[in-house]
Amino acid sequence: MDRAAALAHHLPVIDAESAPFWAGTRDRKFLLRHCNSCHRNHFYPRHACPRCWSDNCEWRPASGKGRVYSYTVIHHHDVPPFREMVPYIVALIDLAEGVRVTANVVECTPELVHVGMPVEVVFEHVTDDITLPQFRPHTS
Amino acid sequence: MATRICIAGIAESECGHLPDRTALQLHQQAARAALEDAGLQRNDVDGVFSCGEDWMHPMLLAEYLGLQPTYVDSTQVGGASWELFVGHAVGALQAGLCRVALLVYGSTARSDVRRPRRAGDVPVAPRGPAQYEGAYGLTLVGKYALAARRHMHEYGTTSRQLAAVAVAANRWAQLNPKAFHHGKPMSLDAAMQTRMIADPLRQADCCVRTDGGGAVVLTTEEQARDLRRKPVRVLGVGEALSHLHLSQWADMPDLPAQHTGRRALQQAGVAPKDIDVLQVYDAFTVMVLLSLEALGFCGRGESGALAESGALEPGGRLPINTDGGALAANHPGMRGLFLLIEAARQLRGECAARQVPNARLALCHGTGGYFSSAATVVLGA
Repeated sequence: MDRAAALAHHLPVIDAESAPFWAGTRDRKFLLRHCNSCHRNHFYPRHACPRCWSDNCEWRPASGKGRVYSYTVIHHHDVPPFREMVPYIVALIDLAEGVRVTANVVECTPELVHVGMPVEVVFEHVTDDITLPQFRPHTS
Repeated sequence: MATRICIAGIAESECGHLPDRTALQLHQQAARAALEDAGLQRNDVDGVFSCGEDWMHPMLLAEYLGLQPTYVDSTQVGGASWELFVGHAVGALQAGLCRVALLVYGSTARSDVRRPRRAGDVPVAPRGPAQYEGAYGLTLVGKYALAARRHMHEYGTTSRQLAAVAVAANRWAQLNPKAFHHGKPMSLDAAMQTRMIADPLRQADCCVRTDGGGAVVLTTEEQARDLRRKPVRVLGVGEALSHLHLSQWADMPDLPAQHTGRRALQQAGVAPKDIDVLQVYDAFTVMVLLSLEALGFCGRGESGALAESGALEPGGRLPINTDGGALAANHPGMRGLFLLIEAARQLRGECAARQVPNARLALCHGTGGYFSSAATVVLGA
């Protein structure tokens, strides 16, 4: 089964608030929300800033570079499609712009992944609507 | 001074593997037994505190029980809900909004696995904030594994130290005939050899899955004095929320437990060193380690060594989860209520082989979600 069919029930349901983000990943950009009032970035994206509640926020592309804050290697999952995908890595990634993102670490074995590992975003085309951001090891 | 509030009755329903019971039935069993323990009648109950997975749970439950409560709370913050309910019940009872508060829970979490009825079995496309995580296959165990891995990175905590928490729970379970793992002792080496579920958490780091329910009855000290059992006083409470999605957790070792523990202990006018027996939500071994640090029972990064020293085992200096906990006694989904039952039982001196000598002060700490919610209760004999 291909990824699109396997992940069918697990793909994002795009809404008005998230549409620009998923349009961004289709263009191979990882967009953050930047608050023009308190000058901080946030992710996941909200219309208003969660720190100061200002409406004055805008979308800005992130560098896509970051480090692994923590990770786990999933060895057991009850249900498809993940049941058939184990082992795989899920990580929390701290982006250079000061936000934390959940994603898989791809192009990497479970033995190599570690806390602090430099990673960069890659874009996985899944369907015409959904391109998932993923992260892979990055050597500068 | 505000009226003192007491636990007047406690009870579990049948627990274990109960394929022929329904969740509502277990609620009823537990409620009836807890009221009987207190020496109260069902008609005395005017406040109901409960949450569950049903649509409009409090109405369904009250209707099933034939109750028409005039005070209700169904705040759902996961496993910590029951410690949070104690705080809310104290407020309601002190304000005179109800006279007898019934906290009740029941679940067939174990049998539901075989009935393919669990929410986790039904793929629901992720909406709202969940859409940024749903495609990555992060499991419940995986979320706790992320916290464990970070703690290992920051403080050098080891898999063996995590396993020591599971072994302590298993040893307590050998003293509790009702524990799911009673009669099934497990060594540290055996725990370390269980299969990896979500690295670094193994099978032994994860709770048992059981069916079961429980109930706790609270009322004013004035009323409790005339009842059947020695009242257990509520001395302090605290509750807090932190996050829902792990990416939104500000910094991993900073738990909402820091706030709830401080508040509950301050209210009680006691310090961690004064506590005789601890009940700390332990769906996964890492919860015990992080909670002990956040509640002030050891310093940051010291919990792993503390567990490895044997302090958490029977006879150790920090008796914890004395019924065997979620890791070895029971875990029907949202276990917070069982922490209160075991703590009250210890303070009433009814724990037989696992009784902590001269237990006068107990602390119960509930955790919900993924270190997302916390609520702490300090109880006194």
